Amino acid sequence: MASMRDIKRRKSSVQSTQQITKAMKLVSTVKLQRARADAERSKAYFECMYSTVHSILARTGSVDHKYLKEAESQKKAVIVITSNRGLAGGYNSNIVKMVKSQEGFDKDNVLIYAIGNKGKDALAKDGYEIKMDLWEVMEAPCYRDAMHLCDELLKAFAEGEIGEIYLAYTAFKNTVSHVPTLLKLLPVQAQELTEEEESKALMNFEAEEEEALNLLIPKYITSLIYGGLVEALASENGARMQAMDNATSNAEEMISDLTLKYNRARQGSITQELTEIIAGAEAIS
Amino acid sequence: MAYNNFTLEIITPDRVFYKGEATMIEMNTTEGEIGVLPGHIPMTVIVKPGILTIYEADGEEKEAALHAGFAEILPEKVTLLAEIIEWPDEIDRDRAEAAKERAEERLRTATPETDILRAQTALMRAVARIEVLK
Repeated sequence: MASMRDIKRRKSSVQSTQQITKAMKLVSTVKLQRARADAERSKAYFECMYSTVHSILARTGSVDHKYLKEAESQKKAVIVITSNRGLAGGYNSNIVKMVKSQEGFDKDNVLIYAIGNKGKDALAKDGYEIKMDLWEVMEAPCYRDAMHLCDELLKAFAEGEIGEIYLAYTAFKNTVSHVPTLLKLLPVQAQELTEEEESKALMNFEAEEEEALNLLIPKYITSLIYGGLVEALASENGARMQAMDNATSNAEEMISDLTLKYNRARQGSITQELTEIIAGAEAIS
Repeated sequence: MAYNNFTLEIITPDRVFYKGEATMIEMNTTEGEIGVLPGHIPMTVIVKPGILTIYEADGEEKEAALHAGFAEILPEKVTLLAEIIEWPDEIDRDRAEAAKERAEERLRTATPETDILRAQTALMRAVARIEVLK
């Protein structure tokens, strides 16, 4: 049986860990609220952008545009959004797992544009080529970051370096549900119109269709990347909050277990002492 | 049906910039300056740096520096998806003037390596910012 001192030491170490996880949980709760508010504020923009671009594409589906057709290059660019810091449960490993298990994603035809250290490290260790490392972005995502990345990607696309662009991020459904998601950004796929969109389809363009697409598609991709960033940030803090909550309650359990053990050990030692004293007294008399 | 005014919504990636009733808006697009009145045919235009003037339903006039984005125009509603837009009180005058000079300098001393288009856009942005402050 472990000595009383050992148990006491163990208990105080678990207690201080619990204090840390409790504090981290509080911090990520606050951060989550802020990130979620950001994600919700920007949602209007993306929904509008998405529906506009798709209604345009649905009508110009036959247009032979460089952003719409398959490119020759077999290389696939994947933007992987993860966090810079760990202790977020399965948040980072889920994204990495999804990228690795994706069909058609082989080490020699995938270029990783990493946002966030954790994903970069994990993929680099597995032999994926890291084309770009943008860990600073995750500290405070802003629209300008997404614009820069989009410019970079479109340049590589235009030069034939890459043929497809994907975005891997964690979609934020609600506080407890975060879904790793893979989105294809380029070539853009035109979708079938729903009836409601059909009625909206009577739209004129001031600029020529091709020119309009040239200008709109980069904006569309930028907005998707930015949307991925803000949602990923909300998911990261949500995942961390959950992980820390679990850690805190696990610590709670361990502490009560250790307290019980400590009390038993204490009682055991008292009983033993008593027995010894009585035995000693009896021996004298 | 005649329309007296339309709903104007200006959305940026991180906030809803403006929402209200307007009788007319004016802005600069890739095809030139346009004014939009209620009951306009459905149209999508792409924004060029310039001044956006909103004539509100209650008679007030509002101006903003609009730099990039596009607008979806419908008879009763105009949605402006603006990547960059600023109210006059959000603009730093000295910075805008400095940017204007820098862009002009770059265009004057242009070499084949100069990114003319970028310098021109920068100049247009700076000019729009300064104009809106006047």
